[in-house]
Amino acid sequence: MRLKSLIAATTVVGLSAGMSVAATLDDVKAKGFIQCGVNTGLVGFAAPDADGKWDGFDVDYCRALAAAIFGDPDAVKFTPTTGKTRFTALASGEIDVLARNTTWTFSRDVDLKFTFVGINYYDGQGFMTHESLGINSATELDGATVCIQTGTTTELNLADYFRANGMSYEPVPIETNAEAREQFFAEACDVYTTDRSGLAATRATAEDPNALVVLPEIISKEPLGPLVRHGDDQWADIARWVLNALIIAEEKGITQANAKSMMGSTNDPEVARLLGTEGEYGAMIGLSADWALHAIEARGNYGEIFDRHIGPDTAIALQRGENALYTEGGLLYAPPFR
Amino acid sequence: MLSSRPAPNRHVGLVGWARENLFSTWLNSILTFLSVFVIGFVVIEVVPWIIQSSWTATSLNECRAAIIEAYGEGTHGACWAVIRERYLQLLYGFYPSDAYWRPNLALVLMLIAIAPILYPVLPRKMLLFSAVYPLLGIWLLWGGSLWTMISILLGFAIGYILMAASSRAFGTLTGLITATLGIIIYWIFAAVPLSELLQSIFPRLWLEPVESARFGGFMLSTTIGVTGIVSSLPLGILLALGRKSDLLIVKAICIGFIEFIRGVPLITLLFVASTLLNIFLPPGTNFDLILRVIIMVTLFSAAYLAEVVRGGLASLPRGQFEAADALGLDYWKSMRLVVLPQALKVSIPGIVSSFIALFKDTTLVSIIGLLDPLGLTNSIRADADWNGIIWELYVFVALIFFVFCFAMSRYSMYLERKLKTSHD
Repeated sequence: MRLKSLIAATTVVGLSAGMSVAATLDDVKAKGFIQCGVNTGLVGFAAPDADGKWDGFDVDYCRALAAAIFGDPDAVKFTPTTGKTRFTALASGEIDVLARNTTWTFSRDVDLKFTFVGINYYDGQGFMTHESLGINSATELDGATVCIQTGTTTELNLADYFRANGMSYEPVPIETNAEAREQFFAEACDVYTTDRSGLAATRATAEDPNALVVLPEIISKEPLGPLVRHGDDQWADIARWVLNALIIAEEKGITQANAKSMMGSTNDPEVARLLGTEGEYGAMIGLSADWALHAIEARGNYGEIFDRHIGPDTAIALQRGENALYTEGGLLYAPPFR
Repeated sequence: MLSSRPAPNRHVGLVGWARENLFSTWLNSILTFLSVFVIGFVVIEVVPWIIQSSWTATSLNECRAAIIEAYGEGTHGACWAVIRERYLQLLYGFYPSDAYWRPNLALVLMLIAIAPILYPVLPRKMLLFSAVYPLLGIWLLWGGSLWTMISILLGFAIGYILMAASSRAFGTLTGLITATLGIIIYWIFAAVPLSELLQSIFPRLWLEPVESARFGGFMLSTTIGVTGIVSSLPLGILLALGRKSDLLIVKAICIGFIEFIRGVPLITLLFVASTLLNIFLPPGTNFDLILRVIIMVTLFSAAYLAEVVRGGLASLPRGQFEAADALGLDYWKSMRLVVLPQALKVSIPGIVSSFIALFKDTTLVSIIGLLDPLGLTNSIRADADWNGIIWELYVFVALIFFVFCFAMSRYSMYLERKLKTSHD
C-alpha cells in the first residue's frame, strides 16, 4: 500500500520537471472526463463490480470531483494502478488525480512533487492476532512471528516499534494481502500487521471473526488522501475543495437526498454559499455556481460515502473513530467556506 | 507334443499387470504403496471440497451458510458461485457485454487464419486470409472504421507495386528502399485522409470503438500472447539469421539486441513500457498501454526465439549450406528452401516452449496495473462480497491456462511426428 518506488519515481519526476504543465482543468474540460487513478482492488476503497463498474470509498471521491466539474458523476474514467505504477502515472499526466489510499508523507509531497489535497481517511498500522493466544496488547508480542508485507513502510514501522519497546520478532515475509490472509488463518504466524482498515477487511472474511482480535495499539500515522501534480494550483484547489465540500456537507447535514431542497430553504449562510445560492464562489474556482451541489448529489456527503463502503453496516464494519467530524470527537475539520 | 496351455493366472490379467508394473521389486512395491497413499490423501481432501460446494450464493458468507446447511456443520467446500458470477469478467474483462461477439469472432477467425499455417494440407489460398487477418482482428477488437485498416493495407499494395517497378529498373536494394519510403510517406500523409474520405462515403463499415482500458481477463492475455507469438517468430528468425550473418554491422546489432534483451527481466521491460515511455514521449501523446506491452513482449520473446532458432541452425551440417550455395541459390532462397525448413524442424520443441512461456508470462502485466486474469482475481476479492476467496479463482484461471498451453504442446508433438523424416 505504501510501497515506495522512490527511485523510479524520483528519476521520472526529475525527467518530467522540465515539462510545462498546462491548466489541467482546461485539458479535462476539453476531453470531457477526468482520469482518476485508483487501486487495482482494495476492499471498500476501490473495486470493479461484475459489470466492470468501479465502486468504493476512493472511487466515490472521483465521482464527486467529476460531478463538480461536469455535473455528471460518470464523467470519469478509472485507471487501476498498483503501488509501483501509481506515482509515475500521475507524474506523467496519464491520470489527473490519484485517489488510491496513498499515505501523505514528506518525501512524497516534497521530493516526488505532488500536492496532497487533504485527508479522506486517517489510517494507522495495527496488529491482529488469534484470540486463542490470549494476547491483549502489542507490548506482549515479544518473540512473536509476524506476517508482514515486504518492501512497504509497514515493515519499517514494525521494526521501529519492536526496537523502541525492546522486543524481538520473527518476520514471515509475504507479498500480497491474500497471501497474508492464508498464512495468518493457517496460523503460520501469530500476528498479522498492516493498516487497521486492511485488518478489519481481512478479519471480516474469517469463518469466525470472533476468533481474531485487533490489538488496541496503533503504531503509525497513515493519513490517506487524494493527490495531484505540483504546478497547477487551480486544479489542486478544485480537488481540495471538492473533498472539503463533502466534509462540510456532512457537518451541515446536507445529504444526497436533501441537497436540492436545502438549496432553496436554508437559512444558514455557509450552506447557501456552498450550494451556490449566495456569492460567486463557483466562478472563483473556475466552475459553475452549483458545483458543490453536484458533488454532494453524486454520491452523498462524506459520512454517507463512508457508511456505504466501509462503515459499521458494511462487511468491513469500520467505526468512524478518528474519521468522525471534529464536532464528534474525530479529526475531520474542513476550513470554513467563505 | 504338448498342447499350449494358458499362462499361469499370476502372469495374466490385472494381477499379472500389477505384478509386472507395480510390484516387480521391493523398491517398486514401496513406491507403489507410497503413491497410492499420496493420491488417496489428495483425493480424499480435495474431491469433497470441489463437490460439496455452492453455485448459487451471492457472497462468501452466503456460500458458507449454504454449504453448512447442505452438508452439515464443519464442512468446507468451494464457493464456485464467485465463478458463476464473474466468469464473463474473467474471460472478457470490462469489454462491453453487447459486443462479446467481437472477441469471439476474432478468436474464431484467428483459428481459421492460423489453420493453413499449422496444417499444410489445407489450400494455400487460405494464406491470403492469414495475411489480412491481423488488421481484421485489430478492427474487430478495438473497433472504429474498417476503412482505416483497408487504407493501411493499401500501403502494402503500394509498396509491392513500387518494389516491383523500381527493382526492375534499378535493382533489388534500390527497389526495397523506394518501396519502404513509399509506404512510410503514404502512411504518414495519405492514409488518414483517405480513410476519412472513404468513411464519409461508406459509413456502414463502422464498429463502436472500445478503448484498451476495457480489455481484461483472458481476452487480454490472448491478445497479448497471440500477437506476441505471431510477431516474435519472424523477428526471432531474422535475428537468428542476422547473428549468423557475415555482415558486420547486422551481426553486431543482432548480437547486441539479443544479449541485451536476454539480460533484462521481462518485468523490467514492462515497467519501461508502462512508466518510462510515458515520460519520454511528448505530453499528450496517447500511446496505448496494451500496444506498448505487446511491443515489449514481442521483443523479449523474439530474443529468446532467436537463440532457439540459432540452435537449430547450428545443428545443421555445414554441407547443407554449401549444397545450397552450390545449387546457385541466392542467400534468401537458400535460407527459405534449404536451411530454415530443416533448422526450424529441429527447433520446434524449443519454439513451442517459448510460446507457452510467453503466454504464461502475460500474467506479469498485472504488476503494471493491467487486469489480466490474475490481476482480476485481486479486483474480484476487493468486492466486499467475495473478499477471502482465493482457491476457487486460482483453480479456474489455472484450468483455462492449462487448456491453452496443453493444446499448444499437443500441437507441437503432432508437428514433430508429422515432420519426422529419420527412421530411428
